[in-house]
Amino acid sequence: MEMPAPNPTILAKKAELVRRLSEVLPEDAVIHEESETRAYECDALTAYRCPPLAAVLPASTQEVSEVLRICHDLGVPVVPRGSGTSLAGGALPTADSVILGVARMNEVLETDYDNRFIRVQTGRTNLSVTVAVEADGFFYAPDPSSQLACAIAGNIAMNSGGAHCLKYGVTTNNLMGVTMVLMDGTVTEIGGAHLDAAGLDLLGVICGSEGQLGVVTEATLRILAKPEGALPVLMGFDTNEGAGACVSDIIKAGVLPVAIEFMDRPCIEACEAFAKAGYPMCEALLIIEVEGSPEEIQHQLGLIKEIAAAHNPVDYREAADADEAYRIWLGRKSAFGAMGQINDYMCLDGTIPVSALPEVLRRIGELSKQYGLGVANVFHAGDGNMHPLILYNANEPGQLELCEAFGADILRLCVEVGGCLTGEHGVGIEKRDLMVDQFDPVDLEAQMAVKDVFDPAWLLNPTKVFPLASSEARRAVKIAAE
Amino acid sequence: MNMRPETEAELAELIAGRDAPLWIRGGGTAGIVPQGTDVIETSGLKGISLYEPGALTLVVKAGTALGEIEGTLAAEGQRLAFEPADLRAVLGTDGAPTIGGVVAMNVSGPRRIQAGACRDFLLGVRYVDGLGTAVKNGGRVMKNVTGYDLVKLMAGAHGTLGVMTEVSMKVLPLPEAQGCVLIDGLSPDDAVAAMSAALGSPYDVTGAAHLTEGMDGTPVTMVRVEGFGAQVDYRTGKLKEMLGRFGDVHVETDAERVTAGWGYVRDLTGFVGAKGDLWRISVKPSDGPEVLRVIDATKAQMDWGGGLIWAVVPEASDVRSQLGVAGHATLVRGAGQARFHPETPVNARLAEGLRAKFDPKGIFNPGLMGAN
Repeated sequence: MEMPAPNPTILAKKAELVRRLSEVLPEDAVIHEESETRAYECDALTAYRCPPLAAVLPASTQEVSEVLRICHDLGVPVVPRGSGTSLAGGALPTADSVILGVARMNEVLETDYDNRFIRVQTGRTNLSVTVAVEADGFFYAPDPSSQLACAIAGNIAMNSGGAHCLKYGVTTNNLMGVTMVLMDGTVTEIGGAHLDAAGLDLLGVICGSEGQLGVVTEATLRILAKPEGALPVLMGFDTNEGAGACVSDIIKAGVLPVAIEFMDRPCIEACEAFAKAGYPMCEALLIIEVEGSPEEIQHQLGLIKEIAAAHNPVDYREAADADEAYRIWLGRKSAFGAMGQINDYMCLDGTIPVSALPEVLRRIGELSKQYGLGVANVFHAGDGNMHPLILYNANEPGQLELCEAFGADILRLCVEVGGCLTGEHGVGIEKRDLMVDQFDPVDLEAQMAVKDVFDPAWLLNPTKVFPLASSEARRAVKIAAE
Repeated sequence: MNMRPETEAELAELIAGRDAPLWIRGGGTAGIVPQGTDVIETSGLKGISLYEPGALTLVVKAGTALGEIEGTLAAEGQRLAFEPADLRAVLGTDGAPTIGGVVAMNVSGPRRIQAGACRDFLLGVRYVDGLGTAVKNGGRVMKNVTGYDLVKLMAGAHGTLGVMTEVSMKVLPLPEAQGCVLIDGLSPDDAVAAMSAALGSPYDVTGAAHLTEGMDGTPVTMVRVEGFGAQVDYRTGKLKEMLGRFGDVHVETDAERVTAGWGYVRDLTGFVGAKGDLWRISVKPSDGPEVLRVIDATKAQMDWGGGLIWAVVPEASDVRSQLGVAGHATLVRGAGQARFHPETPVNARLAEGLRAKFDPKGIFNPGLMGAN
């Protein structure tokens, strides 16, 4: 992945920039020494690193506004950062940019159970939103696997999902309002504690815009009453087709589980070696979780068992209690750790129509042979969101590039069968150059026109999402204006 | 003049050569399109392109009649879960509602409070912008964060950003059973308290409404649950127990009666024939009773647990200035005032900027949204 060369005019303004930022922020909130800016050189896409010109840690919407106004005046690009857990390079700086971290804004501002919402500052972590309300029987539904660390700001930027979104939706379905600062420092409120904000659905286009339209500092989030209980069931199949057909039949039968997770043989083997969860050795494994009272759970599991039986599972295990439920989830939840144990890996995030699953897995297998790199598949089967994990050796020259090329072919395959490049991780820099495989130039133009409205100078996170060649003319206006 | 393109290419060509205003009409059931204007009828863009019940996915041309879609889904035991209303009776319109119209207006019924709005079920769109360019966004899969979400932007834009030609939707299974817990005679304040308790319970309530005059003319508060038969029995039982402190509670589990009751709420059946302006007001649910106190309604009901108020008021009443709480009010039937609530200056500027990008010549539904 190429990043544009830093603009020397901006680099030359560093002293002035730091001086002006220091006028509006406390001393410890402006980070500009090279030894310290290095802490912000990458996010969770660690293969790409670049220390920013400076990093700032504002503590209020007002401070964010002042920072943005200064950067806007000086023509300095700003890269917003939540907790830096992006797998797509969404928070990767360029050498001529300022990292704006929201980590110091992590307060709960209002909790309203009667109206079922919570209002938080967006530096708050995803899990700590649920922690703030769970003693009162509520939870915040989107649960990305990085939920212990990831910030609501990043969740909104990437429209994060999670394992339970089949029932509860992703961030955009649970976001009711935001306080957002535009690049020129203007503060605006969109939506709130009422449903379906007035006018155009600005909230809808802000969510998932990867920090390119504004910096969201406060968010009103829908909270839900916790279900009475939940239990998973595990089943093994000797073909991917069998597992895929079983998923489809369960959905058609009107059972709507909260999660349907799929693992293929390489993934099962790796997880078993790592976590020893006692998984059956087979071609495909499903973990399906249902919710409700004990009787409701038994009823749904009964239906699932009946449907599964028609697809000849080689193994079928219901969790009788919390301990057995834990063991069923153990392997799946350790999947990424297990892969990390074996090798370096790259985690992909394409989505496919559920019906295309067997064909896609077959063709990923063929590509794996062609590239000589191993791949294991974890899959949110209910919604078609795949996470192929490609194994490679980062220390061997050329392997990263080979792995990236393999990954790009898998994502193109997802698009070819009617799916998309990314289901929940976002485009960032990682999938930026593949956007032309999913979209025609006019489709990208329509999206970039939205950024023109919110950020006419193209200063917010400008080198992400759109192929550099597509956004070049717009980014050049800024440079020409220096 | 009425134009009725039958393909996206025809529509694009027609728009590309156009500088004068154009109104976009699906079934014409919302009563928005003024008399004597040039109209694009979308009803020629019709047909189901793809339906995969096992993937809960439907792709359909925008001018397809809602009734046809609902019939096709029902045959597979599925439905549009956001429960679009049929307001023809209350608006005095006829014609067949189209899916494009439903999406353009983000029409969402009582189930919105649990399942989500129309926009939450919209997976992808194709549309023709104001210069005649055909654009696609989103797709047909449920999880998709590839690029900006223009899909949400098109939902509820009332045609001002483009003419939709095709939409992809997530559909859901029809439940095996449904039940309704009813409480008679509550004040709006007690009704919202009861609905909040129900919506804050783990029983997955899919509807919570209060009619100041129910079918028999007295106030009734309604709480709906849906699911498997035994599940509905269990949950209505629990809710009945829980809501007993508010008044006399009874449970209805006859599917036909429950369907009819919620149809009455959704389609504003009780408002048919009521003279005056019809308003739709969205507020924080606990502010619902206050809204009922300050507006001069001759007919009113609260849906969405108190957060959505439908009200008939005397003609030309300035409901917006009476509100006094955060939220927004839409004039659904009536004249002399803007249909949509004014936005804050910053949001209005952003919306205006977006309309200028999507429709630079300002030809689509001029003046319907915003100031142009």
